[in-house]
Amino acid sequence: MPEEKNKSQRGPQNGFEPKIVAFFCNWCTYLAADLAGTSRMKYAPNMRVIRLMCSGRVDPQFVLEAFAKGADGVLIGGCHPGDCHYQEGNYKTLRRFEMLKRVVKEMGIEEDRLRLEWISASEAERLKVAVNDMVEKVRALGPLELGTTAEHFPEEVMVS
Amino acid sequence: MSADEVRNPEGTRGAENASAGTQQVRRRITIDPITRLEGHGRIEIFLNEQGNVDRAFFQVPELRGFEKFAQGRPAEDMPQITSRICGVCPTAHHMAATKALDSLYQVEPPPAAKKIRELVYSTFMTEDHALHFYFLGGPDFVVGPTAPAAERNVLGVIAKVGVEVGKKVIAMRRRLRELITLLGGKVIHPVLGLPGGVAKRVTPEAQAQFREVAAEAVEFAQFTLGVLENVVLKNSDYVKLILSDTFTHRTYYMGLVDDKNRVNFYDGSIRVVSPEGKEWAKFRSERYLDYVAEHVEPWSYVKFPFLKTLGWKGFTDGLDSGVYCVAPLARLNVADGMATPLAQEAYEKFFATLGGKPVHHTLANHWARVIELLYAAERMKELAADPEITDPNVRTLPTATPHEGVGVVEAPRGTLIHHYQTDDRGIIQKANLIVATQNNAARMAMSVEKAAKGLISGGNVSEGVLNMVEMAFRAYDPCHACATHSLPGSMPLLLRVRDPRGNLLTTLRRDFDGGIHRE
Amino acid sequence: MTESAPVSKSEKPKVAFYWCASCGGCEEAVVDLAEKILDVVAAVDIVFWPVALDFKRKDVEAMPDGAILASFMNGAIRTTEQEEMAHLLRQKSKVLVAFGSCAQLGGIPGLANLSSRESIFQTVYHESPSTVNTEGTVPKRFYRENGFCVTLPGFFDTVQALDQVVDVDYYLPGCAPTPKLIQQAIETLLSGALPPKGTVLAPDRALCEECPRKDSRPEKLTLTAFKRPHEVLIDEQKCLLAQGVVCMGPATRGGCEALCPQGNMPCTGCFGPTSRVRDFGAKVLSSLASIMDSNDEKEIERITSTIPDPVGTFYRYSLPSSLLRRKKLVASPVTKA
Repeated sequence: MPEEKNKSQRGPQNGFEPKIVAFFCNWCTYLAADLAGTSRMKYAPNMRVIRLMCSGRVDPQFVLEAFAKGADGVLIGGCHPGDCHYQEGNYKTLRRFEMLKRVVKEMGIEEDRLRLEWISASEAERLKVAVNDMVEKVRALGPLELGTTAEHFPEEVMVS
Repeated sequence: MSADEVRNPEGTRGAENASAGTQQVRRRITIDPITRLEGHGRIEIFLNEQGNVDRAFFQVPELRGFEKFAQGRPAEDMPQITSRICGVCPTAHHMAATKALDSLYQVEPPPAAKKIRELVYSTFMTEDHALHFYFLGGPDFVVGPTAPAAERNVLGVIAKVGVEVGKKVIAMRRRLRELITLLGGKVIHPVLGLPGGVAKRVTPEAQAQFREVAAEAVEFAQFTLGVLENVVLKNSDYVKLILSDTFTHRTYYMGLVDDKNRVNFYDGSIRVVSPEGKEWAKFRSERYLDYVAEHVEPWSYVKFPFLKTLGWKGFTDGLDSGVYCVAPLARLNVADGMATPLAQEAYEKFFATLGGKPVHHTLANHWARVIELLYAAERMKELAADPEITDPNVRTLPTATPHEGVGVVEAPRGTLIHHYQTDDRGIIQKANLIVATQNNAARMAMSVEKAAKGLISGGNVSEGVLNMVEMAFRAYDPCHACATHSLPGSMPLLLRVRDPRGNLLTTLRRDFDGGIHRE
Repeated sequence: MTESAPVSKSEKPKVAFYWCASCGGCEEAVVDLAEKILDVVAAVDIVFWPVALDFKRKDVEAMPDGAILASFMNGAIRTTEQEEMAHLLRQKSKVLVAFGSCAQLGGIPGLANLSSRESIFQTVYHESPSTVNTEGTVPKRFYRENGFCVTLPGFFDTVQALDQVVDVDYYLPGCAPTPKLIQQAIETLLSGALPPKGTVLAPDRALCEECPRKDSRPEKLTLTAFKRPHEVLIDEQKCLLAQGVVCMGPATRGGCEALCPQGNMPCTGCFGPTSRVRDFGAKVLSSLASIMDSNDEKEIERITSTIPDPVGTFYRYSLPSSLLRRKKLVASPVTKA
């Protein structure tokens, strides 16, 4: 009777809840999340939010590390182009993001798992919509299960 | 080289135990790893009850998968990526890849660029052949095949010929390699190759350096020929060994020749001669698939090329077998002569001494290699003196849409073919590589087995004798990193699942054919 | 085991060199010490070096643990045999040095982490246009014929760097490391004044700092497109990145004295990252992204697309040691295909 390699405990049929790591900028998206909270908006609770001063602080290494350590998706939130608290920061984000997107895709991670959103401080509704949308898309994709995180690695290597 | 008494056909790492039931005691000798070559290898020798050799396997246990991970790479990266197939002959891959790019983009390099490429290439051939003679294969002759293991190496050679001579050898190699650095950026994994040209021009200063070193290289080559003559050819025991049937195979031979059928390392047509020395085929590299095919065996990762129309008849030589041979001995057999005067003289003496063409004695490779060393040095000298080589026009920018290309050179260890297919942007879709030493894979396996059978009898196995078995492959100057650029199949596995207390919950077995069973 | 391990005649410190999934270039780099190798040989006893010396594996196995002062291992870990040798030499050595890009980062063989063993096997043994294999033969772990049984090492799906299988003391970067750095490393190890464990034995600064072209690097370097080297004539004096070709000098560790730029070609990153970087490809990505001259999404996308193979370019030498390590393996059915 064949066994399935990498059988997931977290598959869709088991009510999989995606783990999304979110990098939000202090001046815009994080405030939007705050606003959503104080307004008691209900939306998918799957984000693990990390607050940075600027979306431009997001080093591609953070994104890759999040995936490597078990995130099923990564969301980056920053100010709209032109509105960055530090003038240029979010443009740097944008440039890095375009390149990173291609690398992540070539590494076999589906496009919908990595997302960049411009969300200003007052746009709590926009945040809610974006988060809900992303969570559903990632839920449909299932757990990422790279097999390259530390605890999975020996198992993957041995099956060869 | 431990001699294990084994009961039944069990290796030292077996999980399986399917035996036919007979309980003979057989001796198995393992040489692991084989040494003084580029790459990994193991020789397994099985003796019967009389202590004679039943079977010997020359196994190549390594592979990496270049033909696969070339897919998706920009074609212009291939000269630098494929050079990592081999760090001893990176320039060979670099050059074959560069020529494949010319073919891919249908672009003709300016004359100076071609000369620069051939200059660098001749310099490389000189130093690589010198490496083999003094560091890899030569010690067997200079120090002696059954000398103590600790002395059978370049240090032993230096001890034998004297420190001054030793330093001369080391200095010559260093200076040749510094020249390659001058034009190639790095000597280990050079960067000069581009479709339609080379990255850097030759300045008058650089040319002067090349000319100076080239002149010394020719002298050094003649000196090396002298060492060979004094140490090897004047030693009747060595000569007997060279001419012995144990180290002889009558196969087909392959090599690149120019339009006058003379040996050329950089360019030309591929020519094949029969065991009787008659031309059997001559073709441009783009048609290699019509002539060359590869055979797979389950006991080695290397594939075994053979002549397609003759077919694979097993590990056997002769007119009917598709097994063929490349590298120095083959190249001399295939050509009608050498393109430079001193090498031509040496070539004539070689065949006169060994009884005409073709020569089938594998150990004669060492002699043929030194003749090629002389040719490479002379060619280097010719090209360095060429006034056109300092022309600053060294690039033709490609304009055609790339699609498919083939490039061939003679690597030190044999004919090397790179074949790429790309999309319109020049991104590799498929790559096929027939790599130098690989062409010799069948004959090497045959040579090792024949040597084992010829040298070991009555269970008499000394360390020196085992080294002599290794000499059978060393003559080919193998490069197993090259031979095994590719990757294979399914590994048997026994999987025991235990609970945290160590109790066995279940056992799964996967056979080497991939089938899965629960025990 | 038969007794024939050569007995070391001296009290000189012992060193060993071994190659895993390697091209042999690191061996050549040692031989490139040229005359200096005679000094090295006078100072140490090389007890294992398959490319040049006839000592065998059993000779190493017979040594007491820690008998070797320093083992230099190059090549990535691709097979079970290579992993065994890594463990063996680790056991027998006081100091283990990951020598070269493959041992340090995974190297070019690490590009195989973009595919699976199965798809590689498909390409080589079935789809290769020159391979004639109607029986579908493949090399096997165990092969039997007339009662003989020979083995081949097993293959991992994933290539690993040396420190992913054993504890590594030091790293010598480069593809291959330069003779100068090798010499310095050997001298350091013999001096007894060992640097902190985990040190990379090369300068900790970016290549740009030592590049002969650095004076021609503009204050503000921005590009509207990246050029592939065969698309443009490359000036032999000017900063390569400023000419539009992808040069990884800004993100790559120095120490090689900019050999590739001296060959008039850009740096491809073989020395790996400086010490403050975890994922080298990501750093290269950042450094190239930062010079794209646009704030407009569509335009940025266009400029990005002028690098046709981001993963193969940024991670050419370092895929196994990257954060993701490999392209996600599509779970294949466990029964035999």
